[in-house]
Amino acid sequence: MVSQGTTSTSTAASATPAAENSPHAAVVERGRPPLGERAREALERSWRPVAMLLACVAAWWAVTAAELVESYLVPSPGATLDLMVDKWGYIWHHSWVTTYETVAGFILATLIGVAAAVVMVYSSSVERTLYPILLFAQVIPKIAIAPLFVVWLGFGVTPKIFVAVLIAFFPVVIAMVTGLKSVDPEMLQLSATMGAGPWKTFAKIRFPASLPHLFSGLKVAVTLAVTGAVVGEFVGANEGLGYVIQQANGNLDTPMLFAALLVMSALGVVLFVLIELAERLLLPWHASRRADATTTTF
Amino acid sequence: MRIMSKAETAAGAPARATKNAVELDRVAVRFRTRKRDVTALAEVSLTVPMGQFVAIVGPSGCGKSTLLKLVSGLLKPSSGTARLRSQTVTGPRHDIGYVFQRAALLEWRTAKRNILLQAEMRGMPAEQARRRAAELMEMTGLTGFEDAYPHELSGGMQQRVALCRALLHEPPVLLMDEPFGALDALTREQLNIELNRIWRETGTTVLLVTHSVAEAAYLANRVVVMTSRPGRVAEVIDVDLPAEREYSTTVATPEFARVTARIRELLGAGAAAD
Repeated sequence: MVSQGTTSTSTAASATPAAENSPHAAVVERGRPPLGERAREALERSWRPVAMLLACVAAWWAVTAAELVESYLVPSPGATLDLMVDKWGYIWHHSWVTTYETVAGFILATLIGVAAAVVMVYSSSVERTLYPILLFAQVIPKIAIAPLFVVWLGFGVTPKIFVAVLIAFFPVVIAMVTGLKSVDPEMLQLSATMGAGPWKTFAKIRFPASLPHLFSGLKVAVTLAVTGAVVGEFVGANEGLGYVIQQANGNLDTPMLFAALLVMSALGVVLFVLIELAERLLLPWHASRRADATTTTF
Repeated sequence: MRIMSKAETAAGAPARATKNAVELDRVAVRFRTRKRDVTALAEVSLTVPMGQFVAIVGPSGCGKSTLLKLVSGLLKPSSGTARLRSQTVTGPRHDIGYVFQRAALLEWRTAKRNILLQAEMRGMPAEQARRRAAELMEMTGLTGFEDAYPHELSGGMQQRVALCRALLHEPPVLLMDEPFGALDALTREQLNIELNRIWRETGTTVLLVTHSVAEAAYLANRVVVMTSRPGRVAEVIDVDLPAEREYSTTVATPEFARVTARIRELLGAGAAAD
């Protein structure tokens, strides 16, 4: 934290240049930490989750190695890995299909969700009109509506994207509405006295202020979009990880089931991390204010 | 709103044009909530000449903030007329600067860019705005903190940024709604001294709402003391002190003692003494 400035302007102005060079200055710019320090920090941050993952794999391996369960029910990590290497091309192809559906669904859900939220916040009559439809779309079980999309839109990627949009769009709308409404009312009054029109007020105050909320909605939405795409594939598809699981299930091919599940979770995690990175890049002011951002004494 | 005869406005306007910054003519404000009607202000009349520093004190909930909202056009009076620089206020006015109790800074902008928000919103020429911002930051001792984000600044520094933002477009009238209310006593005194200097240097008209009796007496040419709800003007006290006021000597003068004593007397025992 920066300490309080000096009393009068003249002393403050003359004190500042000197303070920059003095070792006793209140704020000393340290710049970007060197590579070694950054690597050490990254390692410090990531060893716990990595260790946890390794522990899970070890437990999995132990269960199969001790033959606590039949290998046709739970394949060993080794067998699963062998299969993944073996059927590399097959898994890669279907993963891409699911990734495409998920990302397309997520982007559409974001665009529609943000647009709907903006309209709803600016017009309470629209909000009251849209809310029931929104809620209806959210509470209806997606697995139940997916067959209808297949009937309407065929076996291609379109119905899967639809399910992904339908499932991912709700958290985006809710988060964005909350964000846009959370703006300091005094800030809006101030904006009115500055002679700013609704567009400038939106672009410079309301929209940026809503971004932290939007990002928490996006993080939920992106993981849901994976679920949506896979649910769509379950119902009727000849491509994608959902299809792979259906096929493997029919053949009692548990290594392939495990492989598909692993890829699916990895996809969700990677997309989630990408959103977090985007948040850090776009909203550094927010990330640094969060409770988990540390300020250390030295 | 009260209907005025055409002759009255026409005759009054030219004479006021050069003299008065703010005129409140029997303004009243009534709020309606679901269960009750509340009269916040009842028949308040007040005239503030150009360049004057007026402090408004009164018990909590007496409608002091409402008064500033009327002047700025953020709120419409239920009856009566508010005029700012001889023009009847009908909507949000742009020829004012506004400072709230909370600094209300945009946390994604640095101190300097928070100040420049005023310029961006108004479409002021960038070069002129930057020069003015640098001047103001020097005047308020913010030099060296241009690139600091609001969360890196102390409460007093944040309020200085808010003050610079309010002064960037050189508004003829500055409205301050308990600007130093959330600050500690020492910081508050520092900012009072700075505000006195800024007021002298800019020559702007200031309407300051405050809870602090000492702040009102130290800064103002006139102190408006209001009664509790519904708010009325109890008395207007003229402060007979020079424009330039050195803090420690000013607060030791008999005039300062007289003014603070009178304010406290009017506010009664329940008043906020600091």
